[in-house]
Amino acid sequence: MGLIPATRGSIHFRDQLVTEPIQDVGMVFQSPVLLPWRSVLDNVLLPIEVMNRSRREHAPAALELIDLVGLSGFENKMPRELSGGMQQRASICRALITNPSLLLMDEPFGALDAMTREELGVELMRIWDEKRKTVVFVTHSIPEAVLLADRVVVFTARPGRVAEIIEVKLPRPRGLETEFAAEFKEYVDRIRAIIYAQKVRR
Amino acid sequence: MSRRVFRRYVLPTLTIAGLIALWQVLCVVLDIPVWLLPAPSLIFQKLVEWGDKLPLHTWVTLYETLAGFALAIAVGIPLAILIVYSEVLQNTIYPILVIFQSVPKVAIAPLFLVWVGYGAISKILVAFLVAFFPIVVDTATGLNAVPRELMELMKVLRASPYHIFKKIRFPAALPHIFSGLKVAITLAVIGAVIGEFVGSDKGLGYLILISSSHMDTGLAFGSMAILAVIGIGLFVGVAWLERVICPWQTTEHQ
Repeated sequence: MGLIPATRGSIHFRDQLVTEPIQDVGMVFQSPVLLPWRSVLDNVLLPIEVMNRSRREHAPAALELIDLVGLSGFENKMPRELSGGMQQRASICRALITNPSLLLMDEPFGALDAMTREELGVELMRIWDEKRKTVVFVTHSIPEAVLLADRVVVFTARPGRVAEIIEVKLPRPRGLETEFAAEFKEYVDRIRAIIYAQKVRR
Repeated sequence: MSRRVFRRYVLPTLTIAGLIALWQVLCVVLDIPVWLLPAPSLIFQKLVEWGDKLPLHTWVTLYETLAGFALAIAVGIPLAILIVYSEVLQNTIYPILVIFQSVPKVAIAPLFLVWVGYGAISKILVAFLVAFFPIVVDTATGLNAVPRELMELMKVLRASPYHIFKKIRFPAALPHIFSGLKVAITLAVIGAVIGEFVGSDKGLGYLILISSSHMDTGLAFGSMAILAVIGIGLFVGVAWLERVICPWQTTEHQ
């Protein structure tokens, strides 16, 4: 999103060409990258501080977000006192504190263990249900993509091109039980077939 | 007494005490000449004997060390910040620093005597010179050690360079700065002593020099013992400051 110039093509956000980082975007990375010298609350409020907005005004919102991701009671803990999953929850709060309309998540659960990953996936859907942000979510897990997304954009590996865009029409709200549905498996198989076909062709 | 206390404090103390006892016994049993290797008891006796003069010499060396160290911080940290923020300075000042670093400081020490004279300033400058380099290098390393994602986050938030420095880069650099300071403080003691070796009329380095030339090995050893205490004390002081200023770092290491 304007961090690195596009090698080809262009990015548009609300009919505006994006050439430099735009506001109204929250970012969550693969690792939580919390500041180790700041408490959870202070980490969540970091964007507010660097944007020269009032800390006091946004503190209630920060506490609300911390509560939303299930970290209430941990707002004054330091990052090292938290598990990896909890740190990632805190970094989601940090992304949401500026109330952006677009949330970019770059393999946010990639570094977590399988169980925490499933848990946070469900959690993210709950947060989405409440906040209704547009989320762009990069993942290597096909079931995760199908479970979370309305649209799955399947990329080919090297060169990274869009292979196909699949609309996922599973009913919401979805939960882990969604994964047992026959339709869910169909979607997963379809995407896997697209990726596999690409690999064979090479 | 817990096992941890025993391992961390009692065990090293016993080891050192045992070695000193062994030294004492060997000196007496083997009848080693005093001018070659004085027994610990004799060194202690010398320290008592010189009790009225030693505080002055100790103070002089301590003062030179601390002044050199303070100067190294005052010049080193701002210089490192300039180097990190300006590519031009990085390509002009940094190579000069590296060249300077490869020149043995002992070789420069006599020149300081010529330039600034016989007083404390020449010793402070030598202490500054040896302490300065690790501070610059570690501060620069620390300022560049910010995770890439964090810098991207700052860009997305359109944070000002001032905010990025104050809230991210400088605090992130602190643990590196302190590891530089810990190296620098021990080097500063050495620098002050080198400065005194080259030409002085007071200080522990001066005392070591004249006592060895008079074959007064006991006093030389006594002065060295005081130097060791100064070095260890200052190091512990900086390490303590690190624990106070950046607790997130030290607790991670334990």
